Amino acid sequence: MVGWVGVVGIIGGLWVAAPAAAGQQPSPPSDHPDSFGLGRPATTSEIEALDIDVMPDGTGLPEGSGTAADGARTWTRTCRGCHGPDGEGGTAAPVVGRDPSSNRSTVGNYWPYATTLYDYINRAMPRNAPGSLTAPQVYGLVAWILAKNDIITTEAVMDARTLPAVVMPARDRFVRDDRRGGPEVR
Amino acid sequence: MANERIRHTDAGAPRRRERLTRRELLAGAAGAMGAAAVAPVAGQQSVTTTRRAGRGPNEVDQRSRFVTPQRDPSATSSRTPLQDLRGTITPADLHFERHHGGVPDIDPAQYELLVHGMVDRPTVFSLADLQQFPATSRICFLECSGNLRRGTPETLPQMVCGLTSQTEWTGVLLSTVLKEVGANPDATWFLAEGQDAAVMTRSIPMEKAFDDAMIVYAQNGDALMPGNGYPARLLLPGWEGNSSVKWLRRIELADQPFMTREETSKYTDPLGDGSQSRQFSFVMDARSIITDPAFPRVIEPGWHEIRGLAWSGRGRITGVDVSADGGTTWQAATLQGPVLPKAHVRFRHRWEWGGEPAEIMSRATDETGYVQPTWETLRAARGPRTRYHQNPITSWTVGDDGRVLFGAERLRS
Repeated sequence: MVGWVGVVGIIGGLWVAAPAAAGQQPSPPSDHPDSFGLGRPATTSEIEALDIDVMPDGTGLPEGSGTAADGARTWTRTCRGCHGPDGEGGTAAPVVGRDPSSNRSTVGNYWPYATTLYDYINRAMPRNAPGSLTAPQVYGLVAWILAKNDIITTEAVMDARTLPAVVMPARDRFVRDDRRGGPEVR
Repeated sequence: MANERIRHTDAGAPRRRERLTRRELLAGAAGAMGAAAVAPVAGQQSVTTTRRAGRGPNEVDQRSRFVTPQRDPSATSSRTPLQDLRGTITPADLHFERHHGGVPDIDPAQYELLVHGMVDRPTVFSLADLQQFPATSRICFLECSGNLRRGTPETLPQMVCGLTSQTEWTGVLLSTVLKEVGANPDATWFLAEGQDAAVMTRSIPMEKAFDDAMIVYAQNGDALMPGNGYPARLLLPGWEGNSSVKWLRRIELADQPFMTREETSKYTDPLGDGSQSRQFSFVMDARSIITDPAFPRVIEPGWHEIRGLAWSGRGRITGVDVSADGGTTWQAATLQGPVLPKAHVRFRHRWEWGGEPAEIMSRATDETGYVQPTWETLRAARGPRTRYHQNPITSWTVGDDGRVLFGAERLRS
């Protein structure tokens, strides 16, 4: 979902500089015509229907809101069967846990952006009915998971404005791939 | 199962009777009876087939009933039987699978690919549109970055690293499609999204789009298999398989990565004490594995050919060294040409086994000068918690009884 203007700042700065493709034009064989006349224009509505991604700056977050209390109800109904009653100890990956030295990566010790939680739950959860949750339900689950990890308070309301402002404990854990080939093993 | 497969693979090889005898000793009476049932009497087989007409032509051929290579499926992946294959191209039905929400059933007439975001002309392409663009074919490997199981001594090559396969892919260069839609030169990343129940998404640097990325619709000349993205998938040669998003439904150009779940909480590599993680580690480093002799073979003293595969996501393999003494001395193996960039290459090395305990291993070098590391070197470089991109030298031990076992001890700690 791209719809903002130049809100790269802190979030994107590290990565924008990395592969440095800015300004580079696609370079198919030079004997190609300007257009093969293939495809049809995409309508605004069909783009909106598919464009479900949520970016770290919050672009793509829908209307609606939810709290941990709202999320608790949804959790019991749709999540706890696999993820456990408290977000750990189930058959699926744990989502709760703040210990940074743990081998078990969780939302609390490993996820760098809270927005990714919304994106992923909305697109792929629950496993037996992906894409079935409403926006308020997803916001509620996000709030419940963040509160369980002591990242937000149990009263905090998660919506398109507040969620991107949440600073995750693992926000600065990630570094760029420095492998470059050559004799050094990295 | 493993013994079944290996028996078929061995059919017709020299010294077959002797090998079966060894296996009988190991497998016990039941195995002995099974082996005896398929052992031919000299001359009888050719008489049987020459005095009776065989089957006529049919629509789709099948493997001989004596040949039953199988992928090894788990809940989320199935692994290519490397020990049963002798070339570099993986038969489409044996290509490994890894998916996160099952294999979708997509009607090609309904298939559409949306390309939008930082483009002049947001466009929807049908499968026919994609196939009408100038086509290109490329042979390359595809490997999951989670492709190592350390296992026990009784581990097949398939289980050690069967999440790599090779295909002649055919499709359209992504750069051709991006020119068609008028890609904004300020775009630095694109999102690739799948049409499966995981709605798989990865952020890919535009640099790769302009380099060698493709949208492919054919696998070894035929339509893609469903488990490999039918009707169309992204293909990023040399990069971790997860980024070559299957069942591709959407490409969105942006000027920052999307930070999806797969590129943050998954497919990242904890470093050192685990307080840092390497992100966007796309390229698959050079690697090799000996696929024969390997568990569960039992070999006889005499001449053998050590055979295997080597590959690098950074370009061509320039050499494979083989050791038969646990890494004390190394000799250059022969590479089977053509050696293609970002592709599996076959290596072979003649070896006379005298019957004493031995440990055979291979070590790949690529055109950047990168040398496949030992497990210890890899661990020293990355720390104990690294999860993906593990490409250590692996070995097979040969006991004085001829039994070949996986060198699991080398991957301890």
